[in-house]
Parts: sequence; C-alpha cells; structure tokens
Amino acid sequence: MARKIRVLIAKPGLDGHDRGAKVVANALRDAGMEVIYTGLHQTPEMIAESAIQEDVDVVGMSILSGAHMTMFPRVMELLKQKGAAYIKIVGGGIVPEEDVGKLEALGVAKVFGPGTDTRNIVDFIEKSCAHTA
Amino acid sequence: MKKKKAAGIDEAKERWERAFAGEPVQEIDFTTVSAEPVEPLYTGDDVAAFDYMRDLGFPGDYPFTRGVYPTMYRGRFWTMRQFSGFGTPRDTNGRYHYLLDHGQTGLSVAFDMPTIMGYDSDHPRAEGEVGRCGVAIDSLRDMEILFDGIDLSKITTSMTINAPASILLAFYLCAGEKKGARFDQMGGTIQNDILKEYIAQKSWIFPPEPSMRLITDILAFCADHVPKWNTISISGYHIREAGSTAVQELAFTLADGFAYVEAGIAAGLDVDVFAPRLSFFFNAHLDFFEEIAKYRAARRIWAKRMREKYGAKDPRSWLCRFHTQTAGCTLTAQQPENNIVRTAFQGLSAVLGGTQSLHTNSMDETLALPSEKAVRIALRTQQLIAHETGVINTIDPLAGSYFVEAKTREMEEQAEAYFRKVDELGGVVKAIEAGFFQREIGRSAYEYQKAVEREKKIVVGVNRFQIEGEKIEIPILKIDPEVEIEQRNAVRKVRADRDNDKAARELARLPEAARGGDNLMKVILDCARCYCTEGEIIDGLKGVFGEYQEPAVF
Repeated sequence: MARKIRVLIAKPGLDGHDRGAKVVANALRDAGMEVIYTGLHQTPEMIAESAIQEDVDVVGMSILSGAHMTMFPRVMELLKQKGAAYIKIVGGGIVPEEDVGKLEALGVAKVFGPGTDTRNIVDFIEKSCAHTA
Repeated sequence: MKKKKAAGIDEAKERWERAFAGEPVQEIDFTTVSAEPVEPLYTGDDVAAFDYMRDLGFPGDYPFTRGVYPTMYRGRFWTMRQFSGFGTPRDTNGRYHYLLDHGQTGLSVAFDMPTIMGYDSDHPRAEGEVGRCGVAIDSLRDMEILFDGIDLSKITTSMTINAPASILLAFYLCAGEKKGARFDQMGGTIQNDILKEYIAQKSWIFPPEPSMRLITDILAFCADHVPKWNTISISGYHIREAGSTAVQELAFTLADGFAYVEAGIAAGLDVDVFAPRLSFFFNAHLDFFEEIAKYRAARRIWAKRMREKYGAKDPRSWLCRFHTQTAGCTLTAQQPENNIVRTAFQGLSAVLGGTQSLHTNSMDETLALPSEKAVRIALRTQQLIAHETGVINTIDPLAGSYFVEAKTREMEEQAEAYFRKVDELGGVVKAIEAGFFQREIGRSAYEYQKAVEREKKIVVGVNRFQIEGEKIEIPILKIDPEVEIEQRNAVRKVRADRDNDKAARELARLPEAARGGDNLMKVILDCARCYCTEGEIIDGLKGVFGEYQEPAVF
C-alpha cells in the first residue's frame, strides 16, 4: 500500500490565529493524509526540526501577522541546511499579492489566499507529491 | 402579548400554511449563518409566553433588553472608534490625527504581535513582526509619542491588550500624567480578557491562575484610582472570528464574564465596586437578525445574572455595555470592494442592537492593514448609518417583532444550556483546560467551511459570482522594513538614556510582589515611570508566574 502523504501544519511567528491552520489540517486529514499540527508560536528552527523528525513531505505554514517575508524564507533556508530541501513548502494567511509572487519566486510551492477551497489545497498537495506515493 | 387572539386568526394561519405547503420553494439553505433553522413565518404564537415587563422593560431599565440607556442614540451616538495601529508610534500618531480630523470620536490602539506577546522590539522573537500588524510599543517613551498632541483627559482610548494589559495601562496612565491629566480624569478600556485568549485568540503569556490574579489587581487598582476606566472588555469577537456560532459567541463570552465576577468576589472585592466597569465586545457577523437578537439576549442574560445570582445592587453593575466590530472573517480577498457593503450591513445590525461603540472594518483587511482611503470609507459607513438612514430616531426599533423576540428568547435558552454545560465541567478555567471551548469552536469553523465548499452557504465572489482572473485594484498599505530597525534602535536608546540604577531597583521589586499579595499595578507603574520596558517587566513576572503551554490539537 502506498505511503500516506505526511504534512506538517505549522504556525510560525507570534500570532494566534489558528482557525485557518486547523480547518486545513482537518481537511487534509479527511482527504487521507497524515497531518501533524505544531501548535502556536513556533520559531523557524522548531518548524524545520519538526518537519525532519516527522519525516513529512510537505510543510504548510499559516501566518496572519505580516511576518511571512521573514518566516517563510527562514524555514526554507533551515531545511536546505539540514539537507531537507525536498520538503515542499506551502503557505496561507494574510499575504499581499506582491509578496505571494516574491515567496513563490523564492521557492514556496504555493501560497493559498483567503477564500481558498480546501479541495484545491488537497489537489495541489496530492499532485505535487504524486511521485512519492 | 398575552391577549386574546383576533377572531379568525387560527383559520387564517392554517390557510397560509396550506398555501405555503402547496407552493414550490427555492432549493436553498434557509438556516442562519450559524446553521440555526429559521421558520418561514413568525406569528404571535411564537411569542405566546412573552411578558413585556419581564422580558423587555424600558430602555435604561431592567432587564435592559431594549438598551442600557434611557435615551440611547437620541442622547448621543455610539462612539465611532476605528481600531488602528501600524509601524512606529510616530506613524500611528499620524493616523490618529487623521481619523480625529475626519470625525472619529474615540481612539483604539492595535498593537503589533511582539507588544501583545510581551517581547521588546529588539528581542529575537520579535524579528519580522515589529510594527507589522499594529504599532510597536516598548516603553512609556513610545506611549508619549503615540499620543503626542492628543489630550488624554478628553478623549477615551481603547487598547486591545490582554496578557500584558497591566503594563500598557501603566504606560498610558503615566503618559497622561506627564501631560497633566489626572488618573481620575482618564477614561478608556483595556481588553484584559485573558480567558478568551486561551479559548480563541491564543495570545497568552502566563498560565490562567496568575493571569486572573493580575486581572483582579487591575480591578482593585482602577476602582480606587482610575474610576472611569473599563477594566475588562469581555470579548466574544475573537471567539466568533475563530469560527464559533452566534450562540457560542454569546454563551462563551458571558460565561467568561461570570468567571471574572466570581474571581473578583473571591479576591474579596464588593461586586458593585468593580462590576460597573466591566464592558463587552461583540462581533457583528453576517446574519442580520441573529446578530440583533444576540445583543438583546446578552443584555437580558447579564442583567438577570448580575442581580439575581451575584447580588449586585448598583444598577450600573447590571448593564451589558458593549463595543462591536464588524466580522473580519467574513471579508473576502476576492472583489474586495464588496466588503464595504458587507460591513455596512453588519454595522447596521450593531446599531439596531444598541451598541455603545463600533469599529467598521476596511475593505482591504484580508490583504493587509487598512490604507487611509479604505479606513475613511469604513468610518464614513458609520456616519452614513448615523446621519442618513434614520435608524437612530427611535430606540430598539425591532422590539415586538415576532421573529426578533422569538429569536432573542431562543438564543437566551441556548446560552443557558451552555452555561449548565460549563458548570458541569467545573467552570470556565477547567473547561479551557479540558479543551471544551476550543473543540466546540474548531468544529463549528470546519462545519462552516464544508458548508461553503458544498455551496450550502454562498459567499459572493468566492463560491458564486466569481470573476475569472480578477486583478485586485485597491491600494495596499505597506510597512517599511526600516520600521523594525528604527524601533529596535529606539528601545535600545531608551535603555541607554534612563537612570539605570533606579530602573534596576524597581524591576527587582517585581518578583517579590508577584510572589506576595501586594497589588502588582503599583509596582508596574513605578517600573513604567522610570522607563523600564515591557519585555523587562514581563520577564520579571515570568520568573515567578511561568508560561502557559497549549496542547496542540486540531
């Protein structure tokens, strides 16, 4: 049987808005993925560490405090340093369009904005992990 | 409405029921946004047990269903109070002057995440967050700049601050003091509602027990020294934003309120000494009548409990005075101009529900902090409600509506059922520790999301009436990355310039006061006066109180 896709849902930074993160975590689990939720107020180091320990395929980060341009690149850098650049990064939250472009150019696979249908997130993750299944 | 039925009314109702059943109805979901069923028609039968004096009374009279003041908006409008803060204290001071120049009547401070979580701007955990989602405040010095040119003895200020509320209140009072305002002249609100932080907003520092002690210290201090201050703004707003239903918002908020009253009484305070300064903060969500019923039910429940259960004798202790903010979570990134209209409907429900103050969201808030133009339109929306719609002419205009009265009663009963459940769990703090509220809210949030994805609930521009390849065409406020550097340097300068022996002496008093029973507000004020920073004061308390850890569940 194929290995289930493993996803770490992470809340980097200091904001406590966890509604979106939890809704997405539920939706991915209902779609048959293994979902690990970090809880709140995580540093980039904590997220990278959890991602590697939990052997995930994808890290989904949710941030609504405006610190995305600091947090996302930091997590990616740490994963690269630890030889885990193969882990795909997706994100969501309050991210202006201009920054979405910048983050995707930096290698974030996709930033899902407000109003995203969770089925689109499921589809995206399933497709981008097709080779691991 | 306990009067004889008009002749022929039952027959007429039956005729209508037959006619209704014989016609096709649309294949759409006729429940509220909280998934509560709604009847196609309400009549006198739905309010058969209704008793005017018991259930409504008159405005300014028990049980205050019709409003907390006799004159309501004929006396004065609600306070138009836009929640605002970004960048440095100087940046935000500019926005405050702009809003006041455009007719805003009160101030409301949005702090950045490091301030909310008790970190100075130069702390490693503050990196990337300084001035981003609110204004950065590190010490009394920043507070002085924030209110430069504003008379703190005249304007009232609301501060959305919880875990470190005592510290920001101390900074504010000292800033006023330096400008010549006396403590007893200054009015305003600190949110200071830590219970809803554990439940929904998740910006905590200390565990529940020491957090509640800080709160009762504030209640006692303000009762003696800052009598015009609203000491806790018991908040349903964040509970609703986290995904609760309207009834959950109503019930969990009031349950938190009861917990504060019980904590105050347990700390030896007379309920009538602190209860008149408790106020509330509700969400104005999409479902128009459900929201209006919610506000009316809140007033009635609070008044009854305060008088009957907690024995409050001062009528001011019975008043559920509240601020309202339109629902940020209902705004869409798609076709953001539509948010102006959503906000207008929501603001109207708050006014029809008798709010004491109102924040109307800006159309661009799913994308960034509001631009100047967006916030002006949001403020104008309130001015339109006040000056053009005519809804302010008469008090509680929806009273007596079969639907609104039945809904108000129903929500009151549903809230009472939740209070019994919380009691069974051993009270609010125990229910938090058991994850009860968090699970209830998480479930409602996920159910709503699924309803949207199944198109059972329609969100205009998101799952219906979309524009293919839409380009967002509104200006977006950008925070200059220089802000963080500037603010980091500013806090370091404060530490370098102050009398450091004095600062160290005051800070050294904190752990002992925290361990003992002295009122912490006094020590914190002394720290504030000699320019100790927020992070330093928090660290002094953390050493004794520890930090809260939430079990990570979804």
